[in-house]
Amino acid sequence: MSVTQPLPHDAAPLHVTGRAQYVDDIPLPADTLHLAFGTSPVAAGKITTIDLEAVRAAPGVVMVLNADDLDRDADTSPSAHDEPLLATGEVHFLGQPVFLVVAHSHLAARRAAALGRVEIDATKALLTIEDALAANSRFEDGPRIYQKGDAAQAITTAQHQISGTMEIGGQEHFYLEGQAALALPQDNGDMVVHSSTQHPTEIQHKVAHALNLPMHGVRVEIRRMGGGFGGKESQGNGLAVSCAIVAARTGRPCKMRYDRDDDMMITGKRHDFRITYRAGFDDAGQLSGVEFVQFARCGWSQDLSLPVADRAMLHADNAYHLPHARIESHRLRTNTQSATAFRGFGGPQGVVGIERVMDHIAHTLKLDPLAVRRANYYAAGQQTPSGPGTGRRFGGAHSPQGTPENQTTPYGQEVTDFILHEMTEELVNTSKYHARRKAVADWNAKNPILKKGIALSPVKFGISFTLTHLNQAGALVHVYQDGSIQLNHGGTEMGQGLFQKVAQVAADRFGVTTDMIKITATDTGKVPNTSATAASSGSDLNGMAVKAACDNIRTRMSDFLAEYYQVPEVRFEDGMVHAGDHVMSFAQAATLSYEHRISLSSTGFYKTPDLAWDRINGTGRPFFYFAYGAAVTEVVIDTLTGENRILRADILHDAGTSLNPALDIGQIEGGYVQGAGWLTTEELIWDDKGRLRTHAPSTYKIPACGDRPRIFNVALWDAANREETIYRSKAVGEPPFMLGISAHLALSDAVAACGNTYPALEAPATPEEILRALHHTKGAA
Amino acid sequence: MVQNASATQTLLDWLRQERHLTGTKEGCNEGDCGACTVMVTDTEGAKTLNACILFLPQLHGKALRTIEGITGPDGQMHPVQEAMVTHHGSQCGFCTPGFIASMAVGHLNGDTDHDTTLAGNLCRCTGYAPIVRAAEAAAGKDVPSWMHEDLSALADLDADAALPKSSDDLARAYAANPDATLIAGATDVGLWVTKQLRDLDQVIFLHRCADMQQIEITADNIRIGAGVTLDALGKAMRDLHPSFAEMIRRYGSAQVRAAATIGGNIANGSPIGDGPPALIALGARLHLRQGDTRRDMALEDFFVAYGKQDRAPGEFVEAITIPRQPDQLRCYKLSKRFDQDISAVCGCFNITVDAGHVVEARIAFGGMAGIPARASAVEAALIGQPWDEITITAAMPAFATDFSPLSDMRASAAYRTEAAQNLLLRYFHDMNGQSVSVLEVTP
Repeated sequence: MSVTQPLPHDAAPLHVTGRAQYVDDIPLPADTLHLAFGTSPVAAGKITTIDLEAVRAAPGVVMVLNADDLDRDADTSPSAHDEPLLATGEVHFLGQPVFLVVAHSHLAARRAAALGRVEIDATKALLTIEDALAANSRFEDGPRIYQKGDAAQAITTAQHQISGTMEIGGQEHFYLEGQAALALPQDNGDMVVHSSTQHPTEIQHKVAHALNLPMHGVRVEIRRMGGGFGGKESQGNGLAVSCAIVAARTGRPCKMRYDRDDDMMITGKRHDFRITYRAGFDDAGQLSGVEFVQFARCGWSQDLSLPVADRAMLHADNAYHLPHARIESHRLRTNTQSATAFRGFGGPQGVVGIERVMDHIAHTLKLDPLAVRRANYYAAGQQTPSGPGTGRRFGGAHSPQGTPENQTTPYGQEVTDFILHEMTEELVNTSKYHARRKAVADWNAKNPILKKGIALSPVKFGISFTLTHLNQAGALVHVYQDGSIQLNHGGTEMGQGLFQKVAQVAADRFGVTTDMIKITATDTGKVPNTSATAASSGSDLNGMAVKAACDNIRTRMSDFLAEYYQVPEVRFEDGMVHAGDHVMSFAQAATLSYEHRISLSSTGFYKTPDLAWDRINGTGRPFFYFAYGAAVTEVVIDTLTGENRILRADILHDAGTSLNPALDIGQIEGGYVQGAGWLTTEELIWDDKGRLRTHAPSTYKIPACGDRPRIFNVALWDAANREETIYRSKAVGEPPFMLGISAHLALSDAVAACGNTYPALEAPATPEEILRALHHTKGAA
Repeated sequence: MVQNASATQTLLDWLRQERHLTGTKEGCNEGDCGACTVMVTDTEGAKTLNACILFLPQLHGKALRTIEGITGPDGQMHPVQEAMVTHHGSQCGFCTPGFIASMAVGHLNGDTDHDTTLAGNLCRCTGYAPIVRAAEAAAGKDVPSWMHEDLSALADLDADAALPKSSDDLARAYAANPDATLIAGATDVGLWVTKQLRDLDQVIFLHRCADMQQIEITADNIRIGAGVTLDALGKAMRDLHPSFAEMIRRYGSAQVRAAATIGGNIANGSPIGDGPPALIALGARLHLRQGDTRRDMALEDFFVAYGKQDRAPGEFVEAITIPRQPDQLRCYKLSKRFDQDISAVCGCFNITVDAGHVVEARIAFGGMAGIPARASAVEAALIGQPWDEITITAAMPAFATDFSPLSDMRASAAYRTEAAQNLLLRYFHDMNGQSVSVLEVTP
């Protein structure tokens, strides 16, 4: 069986030798042109003059375009057609593309772009949540509200109440490979685009619109990205559309890639949030009611902000049953980069909100936060299958019986697969949580300057696109007459190992090894109408589609061989095909099938079953299932400077029956560090003019090698998905990101050791923020 | 032989565009991510450098090996490459060639402090754990034969006046052309070209001036040539002033320290360079030269105001001398990230206590003013006082007299002031043997 094997990433030998090709590495035709944007120097205003004389005169410049020079209203929005490729009359953020330089080289284009003079009659820029609220600047008419029961009443009548506010910073994706596109003009006006994108169909759609072509006139291809993380779901549109427009105009290939600073100034990031909360609870910390108001700073255009904000609401419960809940969400329009998809897609912000509430409750009651968390967990799933391979069943004190009353989310979906009671118990034991919590307290008693903290936080993450129709996928599989297999599907490879996992599925269906399978670039000409590789859905959707395609071919081959050899059954295993007593290699079977005119090519299709979701009213079943995980993090802080460090992390994560445990553990380790980085060192700073001041790795600090936990134990929870997913695996792209929240909670725990007031630690917890929280907890100004 | 290339063409552009060697990647174009890391070998040995801010003339007389050459001539994998595959050290793969270059050089040099070796290589996918596992797994394996460079063919290459061979040559060339930009490691000037897109018409490269790359230690002084790299300085400080060495370990990255020079760190006048505060605290003197005229001054006097140094046209930094002294220096670098981050505050303390009283105090800070500067009022508040917490607490407010720092993306003014005060307290506890560094805490 190739599935469940910890095979290396299919491209690992290419990665380590520098032979893996990215868009910027594709050999260029001789007359390729290079593009760069000239951008707005102010955050909001009316363009009065665009003086491009010096740009045109610069060495190597072939052409300069502004919005007036475009034939159509070329647009780059994935949602609301509200992002003109080049600013039309007004600018909406500092860094917005205003003109497009076409030159003989990348460097010539960049140098020329710096010479443009854009004069703008500046208007007041809305930069902050306060600015946007004061101006009622928002997407949608007003706030979205999801509710269950009567939260206000439940809070008022509870034994205890807390309230608070938390600021949660955004996050730059910092994919190591910047945005890039290459357009190659074809005959009859058609266009081929190589784009570093998670969403080739969106690129195809936007390019087709810009060129006034049917979608069949545009083919988009991507073999691999150098990281995506959501940042290449919509943010590559501008480069691809620009290249296609100029390529169509000049008949010459066009390439565009952002310099890192341009990339960070132009493209969207994770939404920063403010979350205010009120909660009522009993002496044990059990919630009776909770209210959240989530303010999302969405930036200048709609992009994907509505589903991002929806998902934040849908994760306001995380792992906890909220008997009465009200979640109000404001999607605020500001004059900043348009915030976009980023691993977790709003979910992490929602989870941070409820984890803050749990932490605050525990502090108020002087309880171990873990006890409060467990008291509020959803009830264990009722239909726990038992027996080998179906997962463990836990019957301890922390595993109350489930009923619809304590298993229903605020949006009305029943949680039937809840496994965090048993996962938490196991992690508590393997991480020695209780002994270490005591050791931390003892250590703190002896150390006046440095303080340690420890925290356990869980994650429950909903799997499926909340826009239900996106939950579909296609595949195209060819078996050649020599038995080699070519595999294609709608998913894109950004490092997550999707291609290898899907190849393992295909290999398993045909009973061959993965070296028989050629994984090919994602191509809108092979599989149409694809969804973005996003929402952790890649292997769930594409694995199933490929399975369907393989099974079509396998059925044709086995039907033929059964008849040919007059046997009742044909088996594909260990690289061989068994037709009764006739045993042949898969290659021989393919040859024989070909010679008997059996079709050896098939598409495959999959759509996720049983989804029904009303996003306006906030009711239904948006998710096919939930993925779970939990992490224990131990940290140390310096009370004199706020410097801090993650010392140890222990993680137990649920990937169902893992398709590839090595790749899944890679997602978990990487997700944890990225999540911890979001909440610690990664700080985005805009000045009062709306200029992003942290637009390069010199000022924006993602975790470095030495920031990973010194002790880093990661294990998979070995239990099958209760839903019928591909080989009963679970999605693993996004959920582990939220394990990093335990690092922030551990920092809060360390700060809390220094005083009596709840620290109310904001995110990111930079040294400066930790020092501020220390003053707060000590009761000083 | 590369001809007709601009003196400020970067190695990275040349590799990718002229030679179509695309294994070396552009991640940030400013020397902060390490995706463009290459191996460079000279008579001092093998080191890693960032190709994106390395100008072609800087390679004069050195051997270059890129990812394509770390793979064996017949396609055999280097042990670090094999280990990275086996240990799942690559995901998206874009940072991987740079990591391989750093790991291969570390492997060659027998470095086992992987966190330090790899601090200049950013990875956004893996969380680094599998990469370190791979580095550990490869550590015992033999260095492949193809990794050894033959430098004999490069020994006697000619070069023109833009590549002087000694400080005397440099003095003549610079006096004749005082508007030229001096380029040592290009870790700062590189960004003038790649980010500010400046044309540098006249340049003089310093890396061949071997006599400026010496460290001489006598009974009285440590004389450090201006061309000494931060890497070499860190090694020299390991025994003399280990806290300075530890701060240098966090200065830039292996790639940056192998290129950046202490002369450049001083001469560019940055208020946030980490070298000057430590050197000022040690009482260093700066030696300047113009033609055959030399003068020297206390290092702190060189920094006149933000962007202004006491340096005449055609005058250059030749050396720094540090008086030999018992080690009581502590260097505290505060930044959002420990490794490869520019300091928000860098505080260096050198306080002499005799018979329970402070007899001498040299305290210097970066990040607190437009220039690296001494905390004179704090020093005055300490000298003559008993060495106890009362004295420390009483002296802390004097930082507000010495400094009015700015707020920027690295820290607010209030944080800088408070942290500076607290660093004095840290120094007190540190000298009393109290545990003060989170970097030294184990789980």
